[in-house]
Amino acid sequence: MARAYTMKRRVIATALAWIFAFLIFFPILWTFLTSFKTELEAFSLPPKFISFHWTLENFVIVQERSNYLRFAANSIILSLGSSLIALMFAVPAAWAMAFAPGKRTKDLMMWMLSTKMMPPVGALIPVYLIFRDMGILDSRGGLMAVLFLMNLPIVVWMLFSYFKEIPGEILEACRMDGASLWKELVFVLAPMAVPGIASTLLLNVILAWNEAFWTLNLTTSDAAPLTAFIASYSSPEGLFWAKLSAASTVAIVPILVLGWFAQKQLVRGLTFGAVK
Amino acid sequence: MGLGSLLLHFNVPHVRNEEMFTVMATQHTRWIGRLAVAPSVLVLFLWMIVPLVMTLWFSVLRYNLLDPDTEAFVGVLNYRYFLSDPVFLDAVGNSLKLVSAVLVISIGGGTLLALLLDQPVWGSGLVRIMVIAPFFVMPTVSALVWKNLLMNPVSGLLAWIMKSVGLTPIDWFAQAPLTAVIIMVAWQWLPFATLILLTALQSLDEEQKEAAEMDGAKPIPYFFFIVLPHLARPMTVVILIETIFLLNVFAEIYVTGSGGPAGNLPYLVYFQGLLNFDIGGASAGGIVAVVLANIVAIFLMRMIGRTLED
Repeated sequence: MARAYTMKRRVIATALAWIFAFLIFFPILWTFLTSFKTELEAFSLPPKFISFHWTLENFVIVQERSNYLRFAANSIILSLGSSLIALMFAVPAAWAMAFAPGKRTKDLMMWMLSTKMMPPVGALIPVYLIFRDMGILDSRGGLMAVLFLMNLPIVVWMLFSYFKEIPGEILEACRMDGASLWKELVFVLAPMAVPGIASTLLLNVILAWNEAFWTLNLTTSDAAPLTAFIASYSSPEGLFWAKLSAASTVAIVPILVLGWFAQKQLVRGLTFGAVK
Repeated sequence: MGLGSLLLHFNVPHVRNEEMFTVMATQHTRWIGRLAVAPSVLVLFLWMIVPLVMTLWFSVLRYNLLDPDTEAFVGVLNYRYFLSDPVFLDAVGNSLKLVSAVLVISIGGGTLLALLLDQPVWGSGLVRIMVIAPFFVMPTVSALVWKNLLMNPVSGLLAWIMKSVGLTPIDWFAQAPLTAVIIMVAWQWLPFATLILLTALQSLDEEQKEAAEMDGAKPIPYFFFIVLPHLARPMTVVILIETIFLLNVFAEIYVTGSGGPAGNLPYLVYFQGLLNFDIGGASAGGIVAVVLANIVAIFLMRMIGRTLED
């Protein structure tokens, strides 16, 4: 049963929570609003909050001048591609660690986590040179491989924490009944594992979409995703705030929507299952 | 790997053997299990070891891309050059300041916000969505929006607010670039800390809360004796994860051009290697970054090991 709260407590808590939430959300709201202004109004002082001439021209110009859709396509291909490859490697690994563990399984999990501690700058120079010599700088394939390797430990850990929740008794019963490993996988495990795999995919797409160390360093134009697209607005277009805002809006809205769905998975995924 | 073995002391409860091995594995499945793990282990091993060995090797060479075919072994010269360069010390200092300031803001602010959001709030779903949103904004967007729309010294919103209350606007990126970067990075990580701590608070037993209230527990002792111990573990988890990510902040400094080459350590390595083409020097910087991350990892592992033991 829910506790009975005093009216006073409810009102105060609600007011404070909304004030802070508004302040934290404000920079995003401000970007949205500015993206619908004309350049002149974007700079006007005092700032115009609602009462300005709403226009969509910034979005049209952003698409025409810098071809937003091409960068967006790269973002989708890179984040989805690298996540799917990571799943192909991680699903068998996490399955084995959860259901057929050996003596070294725990050590292996910890070692995988430790690879996340390696700062990317420690690898930047060699990776850059290898990519240059192989001619895969600014290629989607090369960048996809890096994003896949970067997120693989998180994917394994997250899947493991989901697989652990599948009750072992079911599998035991199924083995007692003499079901083959193949049948056990397809008919018993797979249906129970799908939600966990989907959540892992969702979180990983978000992480890869926003990744901005490798995407900025390894791309120039052909393979550049939205992170690099926005970086190109730092100058001189950065002076055009309405266009900068429109470009920013179209770069973050898809992932904001996905992110809101993924709140719960975020906690679990990024804490390696330590907080649920 | 020194780090790998250190991490073994990091004892996460739900990978304890007795809980983990719920299903007895047969010899047959164990074999298939090894096969299933092998590809991931192999690619991660290569990903970890090949670049690290190459960086180590480059760091003892004189190796400049503008001056090819003159590579020569120079021993610790790059390190000596790097460690005596004031720019390097500034970069390390900035890295550490950035990490610690953002940690303090996000843990402190996150705890307060989580306590607030755990109260009975009308429209709490929408409030949560608004609070978590900045975490999903890509770093390059966050950097440019803060630098221009909000922090521009002439027509930025913050300047306008300061002027309207009679203060002199701050030219953030000229006067206090590091503070500006700290603010924008903290804006992204405060939501993360809040979300984790809120999730942890909500798992605090409802009955326990009720009992404490019935017994007339005063809010402050209640917080220190019941809530804070319960939050100790999620807090250490937040510190660990944020530190890993914050040591690697790059885009915010790259895009805003704040602090020159001494922006932070990742930026300095990029600057030295990919802009100055000094592969040897940049690699030495890269190795220093690896060592630094390992030192932090050791402290964090010890700390986490202690809180997770009970």
